Amino acid sequence: MTSIEARGLTRRFGDVVAVDTLSFGVEGGEVVGLLGANGAGKTTTMRMLLGLLTPTAGEALIGEVPVSEVDRRAMGYVPQGLGLYPDLTVTENVAFAAASFGVPGPSLAEAGLEHIADMRIGDVSLGMRRRVAFLVASCHRPAVLILDEPTSGVGPLGRARLWETIRQSAEAGTAVLVSTHHMEEAEECDRVVLMAAGSKVAEGAVREVIGQARTVAVAGDIGGEALAAISDEGGTVLSTGSGWRIVGLDVDGVRRVVGAEAGVEEVPATFEEAFVALSR
Amino acid sequence: MTWGARDVSVLYAGRPALVEVTVDLRPGQIAIVVGGDGAGKTTLCRSVVGLEAVAGGRVSRPARTCFQPETSGVWPELTVMENLEFVARGYALDRFHARSRIAELLELTDLADARDRPGRQLSGGMRQKLGVAMAVLSEPELLVLDEPTTGLDPVSRLELWSFIDLSARQGRAVLVTSTYLDEATRADVVTVLDEGRVLASGSVAEIISGMPGRIFVSNRKIGKQSWRRGASWRAWSETGDPIPGARAVEPDLTDVVTVAALAGEQR
Repeated sequence: MTSIEARGLTRRFGDVVAVDTLSFGVEGGEVVGLLGANGAGKTTTMRMLLGLLTPTAGEALIGEVPVSEVDRRAMGYVPQGLGLYPDLTVTENVAFAAASFGVPGPSLAEAGLEHIADMRIGDVSLGMRRRVAFLVASCHRPAVLILDEPTSGVGPLGRARLWETIRQSAEAGTAVLVSTHHMEEAEECDRVVLMAAGSKVAEGAVREVIGQARTVAVAGDIGGEALAAISDEGGTVLSTGSGWRIVGLDVDGVRRVVGAEAGVEEVPATFEEAFVALSR
Repeated sequence: MTWGARDVSVLYAGRPALVEVTVDLRPGQIAIVVGGDGAGKTTLCRSVVGLEAVAGGRVSRPARTCFQPETSGVWPELTVMENLEFVARGYALDRFHARSRIAELLELTDLADARDRPGRQLSGGMRQKLGVAMAVLSEPELLVLDEPTTGLDPVSRLELWSFIDLSARQGRAVLVTSTYLDEATRADVVTVLDEGRVLASGSVAEIISGMPGRIFVSNRKIGKQSWRRGASWRAWSETGDPIPGARAVEPDLTDVVTVAALAGEQR
C-alpha cells in the first residue's frame, strides 16, 4: 500500500505556481528524499501532504485516504524549526507529545537520550535537540513520517546517529519522506524525487538519477580570464584541488573557451552535478 | 606569508569555546573550517578578524581583511546597487574605480539584472553572493566567510563556490566555514572542529591517510564503534585487526571525521 501519495498536487499563490501537478508515492518501509533548490516547492509539497495547506488542485493521500480525513495519529512531522519547547526539559517535551497522542511516554534510555533527560531543551546541543524532535514526532509510532531537513547543522557522527534512528523507523514499516540539502544524504534514501520550479524533474535511486549525466573535467591550471569566460557562457566552475570541473557547458564549449584540447574531457557526473544540470 | 590563528583559545563565561586551534591562511589558498553547530566556527572567524578577544595563542591578519558574517551582512532595505555603493564609500574607493569594480562583480555574481532589487527580496543564494561581492569589493588580502552556504540549495552552493574559487585565484587568502563536510574537497586545507577542538587538519588526503586503524563495511551493526551509512554499516577497528563478517574499505573524509568524533566521545 502506498502510505504517502501526491496525486497531481498543485498549489498556486496568486499568479505563482509553487507546485505543479506533482505525483509521487512513498511505500511503507521506504525512505524517500525530496530534493530541490530553494523555492523549488519542497516545503509547500510537505505542507500539503501534512494537510496544513489546501492544494489548488490534485490530492494528498495518506494510506490512500485524503489527508483531510486522516487521523493525525497516523502522521509524525519534524519541521525545520523542530517545534520543541525550549523552557521544558527533554523528559517534559517527550511526555507532553506522548500525552497529546494518548500514548505512554517512550523510553529515553532506548533512544540514547537518558543522559540529557533533565536538561532544558534550550541548553541541549543541536544534534541532541534533533534526536529529541524525532522522538517527539515518532513516539506514537505513526505510519508516516515527514522530516524537513532533519540533520541540518549537525556534525557527521550526530548525522549518522540520526539516520540510524530514521532507518529503524523505516525498518519497522513507517513510510519516511525527508527533505535535505546534503547531497551525500541522498545516498541514505531508497529513492529521491528531484523538484525544480514546482515540478518533478527526476525520480529514482541516486544511481538512476545520475544516469548518463556527464560533466567536463579540466586537468591542471586554467587562467582567471578563462574561468570568467566559462562563467559568462553559462558554465559553473568548481575547483577540485588538482583541476576543475565545469557544469552547464559541453566539452567542445569548454575547449573553445580554454583554448586547448588536451586535458579537457567528459567524465561521469557526480550526483550533485547531475542535480545542478537537472535543476537549471 | 602566512596569517591565521596559532594555538588560539577563547573562553565564554569561563567555558572554553576554542581550545588551542591553529589555522594557517596563505595567499591564493582556500582554508575551510568544517563542523556542526556549536563547534566554534564563528568564534574562530571572529577571533581571526579581531572581533573576539583570545585567552591564549595569537592571531595575525593583513591590514586589508574583510569579514562576511553568517547573516550575509546585506542591508535588507538597500538595493543590490546601493549595498555595493555604500560599502565602496565606506572604503573611500575612487568613484570611477568603484563603478567599474561594481559592474565587474555584478557580472561575476549574475546579479546585474537584480541591481535595483532590495536586499530583503533576494533569494538566499543571491543574498550570500551579494555578501561575498561586498566583502571582496575593496580587494582585501584576506577574505573571511562565515557559513556562506548554510541553508543554500546545491545549485546556489555551487555558484557561490565558483565565485569563492575565483576570489582565491586572484591571490587572496580565503577562510570559509561550513557545516557541509563535502565542501572540504573544494578547499586546499581543511580543519574539522568539534566543541571547540580540532578533530583533524591538513589536506583531505593527509587527513584520510592519518586515520589510525581501518574501516570495515558490514550489513549489521558491530559494537559501539560502528555507525550507519546508507544501506550498510561502517565499523572502525582501532588496531586495524580484521572484523569477522565485515570487509575492509578505503575510508573517505566522512569516515575519518566520524572516527575522530567517536574517539573524542570515548575519551
